Amino acid sequence: MDVSIAINGEQVSREIEPRQLLVHFIRETPGLTGTHWGCDTSNCGACVVQMDGRPVKSCTILAAMCEGHEIRTVEALEVDGRLDPIQQGFHERHALQCGFCTPGMLMTARALLDENPDPTDVEIRTAISGAICRCTGYKNIVSAVRWAADHEAAAKQEA
Amino acid sequence: MAVVENLPSPSTERPIGFGRLKRKEDLRFIRGEGNYLDDIKLPGMVYGAILRSPYAHARILSIDTSAALAHPNVAAVVTAKDLEMLGLAWMPTISYDTQAVLAGDKVRFQGQEVAFVIATDEYSANDALALIDVDYDPLPAVVNARKALDADAPLIRDDKSGQRDNLASPTWEAGDEAAADRAFAEADTVVTRDIIYPRCHPAPLETCGIIADFNPNTGQLDIYNGNQAPHAHRTVYAHVAGLAEHMIRIRTGDIGGGFGNKVPVYPGYVCAIAGSIVAGAPVKWVENRTENLTSTGFARDYIMRGEMCSKDGKITGLRVDAIADHGAFDSTAQPTKFPAGFFHIVCGSYDLEASHVKVKAVYTNKAPGGVAYRCSFRITEAVYLVERMADALALEMKVDPIDLRMRSFIAPEQFPYVTTTGWTYDSGDYGKTMDVAKQIAGYDELRREQAEKRARGELMGIGVSFFTEGVGAGPRKHMDILGLSMNDGADLRVHPSGKAVVSISAQTQGQGHETTFAQIVAEELGIPPEDVEVRHGDTDKSPYGLGTYGSRSTPVSGGAVAIVSRKVRDKARLIAATMLETRPEDLAWEKGRWYVKGDPEQGAMIEDIAERAYSGEPMPAEMEGGLDAQVIYDPPNLTYPYGAYIAVVDVDPDTAHVKVRRFIAVDDCGVRINPMVVDGQIHGGLAEGIGIALMELISFDEEGNCLNSSLMDYLIPTALECPDFELGETVTPCPHHPLGAKGVGESPTVGSPPAIVNAVIDALHESHGVDHIDMPCTPARVWAAMQGRPEPPQ
Repeated sequence: MDVSIAINGEQVSREIEPRQLLVHFIRETPGLTGTHWGCDTSNCGACVVQMDGRPVKSCTILAAMCEGHEIRTVEALEVDGRLDPIQQGFHERHALQCGFCTPGMLMTARALLDENPDPTDVEIRTAISGAICRCTGYKNIVSAVRWAADHEAAAKQEA
Repeated sequence: MAVVENLPSPSTERPIGFGRLKRKEDLRFIRGEGNYLDDIKLPGMVYGAILRSPYAHARILSIDTSAALAHPNVAAVVTAKDLEMLGLAWMPTISYDTQAVLAGDKVRFQGQEVAFVIATDEYSANDALALIDVDYDPLPAVVNARKALDADAPLIRDDKSGQRDNLASPTWEAGDEAAADRAFAEADTVVTRDIIYPRCHPAPLETCGIIADFNPNTGQLDIYNGNQAPHAHRTVYAHVAGLAEHMIRIRTGDIGGGFGNKVPVYPGYVCAIAGSIVAGAPVKWVENRTENLTSTGFARDYIMRGEMCSKDGKITGLRVDAIADHGAFDSTAQPTKFPAGFFHIVCGSYDLEASHVKVKAVYTNKAPGGVAYRCSFRITEAVYLVERMADALALEMKVDPIDLRMRSFIAPEQFPYVTTTGWTYDSGDYGKTMDVAKQIAGYDELRREQAEKRARGELMGIGVSFFTEGVGAGPRKHMDILGLSMNDGADLRVHPSGKAVVSISAQTQGQGHETTFAQIVAEELGIPPEDVEVRHGDTDKSPYGLGTYGSRSTPVSGGAVAIVSRKVRDKARLIAATMLETRPEDLAWEKGRWYVKGDPEQGAMIEDIAERAYSGEPMPAEMEGGLDAQVIYDPPNLTYPYGAYIAVVDVDPDTAHVKVRRFIAVDDCGVRINPMVVDGQIHGGLAEGIGIALMELISFDEEGNCLNSSLMDYLIPTALECPDFELGETVTPCPHHPLGAKGVGESPTVGSPPAIVNAVIDALHESHGVDHIDMPCTPARVWAAMQGRPEPPQ
């Protein structure tokens, strides 16, 4: 079957098997390998992308279901050579080690801040609880999301 | 609104060398530009998938691959018969056992590799698995290590000539049995506990996988494989496949976590190599999560009986009798002379009179492994046992668990200290570290809070552990794996512009080597860390060495980088003397330059010396040009990091749910090269320790079916199960490491499970009479313990 999906603002069209998962479509067709696969069972969150602004696990969605929807992946966070504050926060606060969960974490956290610009630590922990990080113990991820929230608030005040 | 926490200002940091330097490697990862195995696509690449056994123990009567071969997208199906022709049906394990690459005679665990399908795409390869018809004759399975030794237990390894039982190796002993018996005879108090450290799994977020690309015209084998020991793997492939070692190149790329899971050579890797030879194309194989959990490197599975005694208020003796469950093949990884790994460090941090340790190993119809999960070669099991026993003894003696430990510690003046099982601990001040943990925790206040809560029927527990690890294997006179000495190489070149490249034989799976190893060169040569590029993870571009596991990167590879930097510095001194027209002994070093003693204005910076070294200007007599050096570092001893951990838990009286409310970790890992990275390692290890203590379990039913074969059943802590870790530190430099550093990566996973389990027991002892519980402390298991019927995890 033919599908056409908007990924990071570009329309990507291809004939695919109806059973193809979105995560495989993203990695293979536009070749965006920042979105990872980790578990098959929607537990780990390595594959999280945004669908119409909401975080979804792309291993649990068929590519065919995404026709007419906007998909956003980690590759779209940096705009014109400027890192998104959430990316910067992860770097500042050592919120990544092996980096495998990082894209999913970033997209999850970005969606949280878009909806709730000033989350509490408990809200941050709850928001990222669908994503597993095996390296950091989450403490620095919480701190990184806080860093991004504070910097975005400060930037807004200046504007 | 929260205030942005002030970042350390540049003036509080050391601009060159050690300190909280943000990581160089971050930028590619936060952009989604990491280069992991599954991101690599080679021209003409085909895909492998493995058919696995549904039975834990069964004879294979026949394998019919014709329908799979008829699939239009299938290129080949490989079975044991095909591998026999290539001499690859069996492979050696790291422990001098053999393991079937593909099962031919019978399957010995559920999930064992039976056939390897190669197809044009992943989906087709997996479809074709369903088209293979295997006729099995099921046999009785044995999954319980104790029952494996029964006389009527089914024989698992009938492939091994002379094997008549399920004993995997002879009983291994350490310590002095007679002396231990004397200590127990003279003791005031003796406690005994049966303690299981259940099977769990490292489950890195990226599963294992490989691309094998054999070029029949050149004989070159290119391997892309995120493994923790690429040089050792290359040597193994050369031996196993009969290929020329120098024609094999292994590139690890970025590795999505290892934790020991990516140390061994797995059957899937050998299949992919054989597949590439057969198919004449690059073959990619990436395991799915179920394959990862059910067939590759599990951890622990130690069944232990511990006895500990005290005299005059002090711990005096320890006896341990342990059974190691190796699964169907003994593929545990440890230095050859240590078949139970470093388990005999079980005498812990205490000045014992005597100890005795016995370990025997058995085969069961379970997946092979026992190598992994941040374990420092079985130190996890050892520390868990001794720290559970110390608490059991304190309970029996009705004394505070910290007081008993404090009275029993090896005293600072006793170092170097030879333990009753033969380790030489190099340094330590245990009481000081324990005190720092007590202070951060507010221990006395916590005990008061606990008393108040107990009076109200609330279940709060405070648990303590104190560990000593031996990491950084190791000295070549004691340690090898498959005959390969456990040393690591470093190769440093300073280029004419003063920028440097250091190549190392260890590689990162997230530990931050690209940053911290640059910092070591920066510290030693006084050039900025951003001017030092760290090369690793490519056997063609790095010196030989045994890799990254067992917390050995800093102790061994870090030592190599420090020493190679000093060699370059020494060479620079001779060149500087020529430049300054003086004698080398008249020069003194300060970070970044050699200068004339008594005339500090007269000096030469490293970059000036580098320029000179490659220029047409004269060099010192008989010295070659260039500014570089290489070294293979043989550490004189292990390093002995230690730490004091305190866990505070709340147990819900109605649901038995355990919440880790606080966790205090005070580590002494010697000099910290990058404290930010060290803290990160500790956070991550604590989370994994919480997982092991509370939820992570690989278990089996009587038939050998794995009950935890996906992340639906194998539970890993999320942000909600992890508290806001509270860290502290003491610094006792390692006396023999060139930088005074010790390893740290595994300390938190070693030290945290006993603290948490001790806390759970502390919460439940007075009200419910619980004096032991095995991990994981799931609500169901804690509830059963509260009802007075604790269940073993298997």
